[in-house]
Amino acid sequence: MTGSTLPIESQVPAEWRDYFALTKPRVMSLVVFTGLCGLLAAPGHINPVLGFTAVLCIALGAGGAGALNQWWEADIDAQMKRTAKRPLPQGHLRRTDARDFGVALSVGSVAIMGLAVGLLAAAILALSIFYYAVVYTIWLKPRTPQNIVIGGGAGAFPPLIGWVAVTGDITLMPVLLFAVIFMWTPPHFWALALFVKTDYAKAGIPMMPVVAGEASTRRQILIYSIVLFVVSLLPWLIGGTGAIYGVAAVVLSGLFVAFSLPVAFRRAGEDDRMAPEKRLFGFSVLYLFALFTALVVDHYLLGQGALA
Amino acid sequence: MTPEEEQQLKRARRGRNIALALVLVGLVVLFYAISIVKMLD
Repeated sequence: MTGSTLPIESQVPAEWRDYFALTKPRVMSLVVFTGLCGLLAAPGHINPVLGFTAVLCIALGAGGAGALNQWWEADIDAQMKRTAKRPLPQGHLRRTDARDFGVALSVGSVAIMGLAVGLLAAAILALSIFYYAVVYTIWLKPRTPQNIVIGGGAGAFPPLIGWVAVTGDITLMPVLLFAVIFMWTPPHFWALALFVKTDYAKAGIPMMPVVAGEASTRRQILIYSIVLFVVSLLPWLIGGTGAIYGVAAVVLSGLFVAFSLPVAFRRAGEDDRMAPEKRLFGFSVLYLFALFTALVVDHYLLGQGALA
Repeated sequence: MTPEEEQQLKRARRGRNIALALVLVGLVVLFYAISIVKMLD
């Protein structure tokens, strides 16, 4: 990592807020939420203390992976408007401190998960951190425009881990929850990439709009949203959930496709405000919260989830 | 180092120390709770 574009690290020591920012708190909120929903929707019982510990470990693991991601990408982050305010590009703390913080959070979260909750949950947590920090950040992101597709797997682990924390084994239902987030990630992220495209090009990251062009990216957003529609219905169709989830999935995924259509069939002009893309991105976050809420409500009201 | 910078340094260090203390207390409580739950099982 030579030829750094980073500012010289300041003499002022880092504040706790800088470390907190390393954990990507906004991404973590979605991770905690989907992990908690996986845990709540799983059949069986878990002691509340252990359930809390499981969600805490998922959050700490995600934070550790986020810190490792920012340690590795500090140079790239410095070149993009969206990420230039992060603590490392700002020179608020030493790069090695960010790395050590990330490693400590990752190892600590996996160890506590293994001791308190279970070995399988800990193993999947370790795999998800490795997947995000190494497979996605270091290996795929700078190399292929499919980075988001494959990297989406990293964000898809939390509900699977939450579920396994309760049941202790992997069945079809948690794998389907994994698949929902896996299919959700590309249209979610490419919508964002469409309106911050210039930044990625400048930083040399082969995001889909930069490599394959806007038209292709827009088509692929629609294709993935249609696949998401089908995948999101599967938990209901196989009898793993009740009608509350089923209806919510039809409505929410239908809306997702509806928001994708204008994105798919238009071309951005000069000084385009990219309103449909921003709408789709905004809705995609709401979508995930609402769909997983429906999953939990369904589980508690209809008492299903027996088929797991 | 100017007096202002020294003030800033002390403030940042104090903040980090408090945060670290809270994390350690939190871990102690967590491990205590996990131990009790495991022993009751």
